[in-house]
Amino acid sequence: MTHRVVVTGWGVVSSIGHTAAAYWSNLSRGVSGIADATIIPTDHLSQKVVAEVKDFDPRQYFDDHQVTTLDRVSQFAVIAAREAIGHASISFADGLSERTATIIGTGVGGQTTQDESYRRLYQERAKRLHPLTIPKLMVNAPASQVSMHCGLRGPCFAVASACASATHAIGLAFHLVRSGGATCAVTGGSDACITFGTMKGWEAMRVMAPDTCRPFSRDRKGMVIGEGAAVVVLETMEHAQQRSAIMLGEIVGFGMSSDASDLLSPDEDGMVRALEGALADGRLSREDIQYVNAHGTGTATNDEAETQAIKRAFGQHARKLAISSNKSMIGHALGAAGGLELVATLMAIKEETVPPTINYLGRDPACDLDYVANKARPLRIEAALSNSFAFGGLNAVLAVRRL
Amino acid sequence: MDDVAADVIAIIAKRLPAEKRNVAMADRLEDLGIDSFGAVEMIFDLEEKFDVQISYNSNDARLDLETVGDVIDAIKKLVAGRS
Repeated sequence: MTHRVVVTGWGVVSSIGHTAAAYWSNLSRGVSGIADATIIPTDHLSQKVVAEVKDFDPRQYFDDHQVTTLDRVSQFAVIAAREAIGHASISFADGLSERTATIIGTGVGGQTTQDESYRRLYQERAKRLHPLTIPKLMVNAPASQVSMHCGLRGPCFAVASACASATHAIGLAFHLVRSGGATCAVTGGSDACITFGTMKGWEAMRVMAPDTCRPFSRDRKGMVIGEGAAVVVLETMEHAQQRSAIMLGEIVGFGMSSDASDLLSPDEDGMVRALEGALADGRLSREDIQYVNAHGTGTATNDEAETQAIKRAFGQHARKLAISSNKSMIGHALGAAGGLELVATLMAIKEETVPPTINYLGRDPACDLDYVANKARPLRIEAALSNSFAFGGLNAVLAVRRL
Repeated sequence: MDDVAADVIAIIAKRLPAEKRNVAMADRLEDLGIDSFGAVEMIFDLEEKFDVQISYNSNDARLDLETVGDVIDAIKKLVAGRS
């Protein structure tokens, strides 16, 4: 037996707000979270702008002992999960905990711990590291910490697919709940890799914009690294109805594919297969979709390939779609990006407003669709897609619908 | 051919299939099959070899360095500026 899967709660930690409400308020007004980095020294970085979670004090959320056990990436995940669970007004007592999955995506895990530990070893010649170094930096730490902090005892694991991690995580959680493998899921993504080491790695790829992120725009100069977390509570519709929960939206489809071609360059064919897979899995026709929350990284190649893929997957209907990229405001939060963007997509449906693609300077002939440039747009959306396309050629697309 | 030219050519040739490694000054990088990420890797090798910084963003429409000769000239200028 398959179940309809609804979203009943969401939580967000982002560069434009530490709660879901603040996130949406800024996203829908086109407020940018991109600015000069403050959490790392920038003297030796050629790109100094990032979308960091500003004015973040973990002691507002955790006691001193907890703070020492949690890397920044796990702190974000736990805070977002707590908010989502509170928003869903759900209790995991009476056996629900054992039937609740925790699936959290992350691109690279505890980079702050890794960077700081290695700096101490190599630069300060430290003789020993903190005993929790490994459990703080492991890629499953955010998933494990959410499970422990929220008392969730069902299936729990991490998903790592770079920039598509959260979308893969939510998609797997959706399939698990739909199939009856779990009644509930707490799922999403978290990343916090604005460290000196990772930023030097990104710099070396020469894909970074020096000023800001301008998805689909002419004269776009590349991506801006972001960070944060987004977590949603999924449950079967029957379960949500039984407990009279407020249902925020429905997840109906998930499509995934691998390019199996280039490590870095995006591939239209792979994108098209994921887009078509999400529509088919959700039993949606092209014409059912009004909005696509794009991957839209702001690199020359992604935005052009994504535009082509949307045209191929949607045919003539592509020109009627509203398409926007949240990365223009929140940068590329990597393993969290798909979660932040799915929440934005659900909010857009609920609030009947498409968040804009800001920093848009004008049309690039290779990107000629409607990207909701610079200003949010009122729109009643019945169904929408959220795209994530990762380095390594991994594509994931979620389909959601109004309830 | 001077040492800088020989070293630059060796770095470029390393990125090419064996039958294309006999490169000439006038050869265009694009025609040799060096794409934007190939250029990123080539520039890394050049920076490491000559201890210079080369400004390049793969999102810009094209690399200023069009031919093998352009790369050699640019490296010579950067090396001269360094000393």
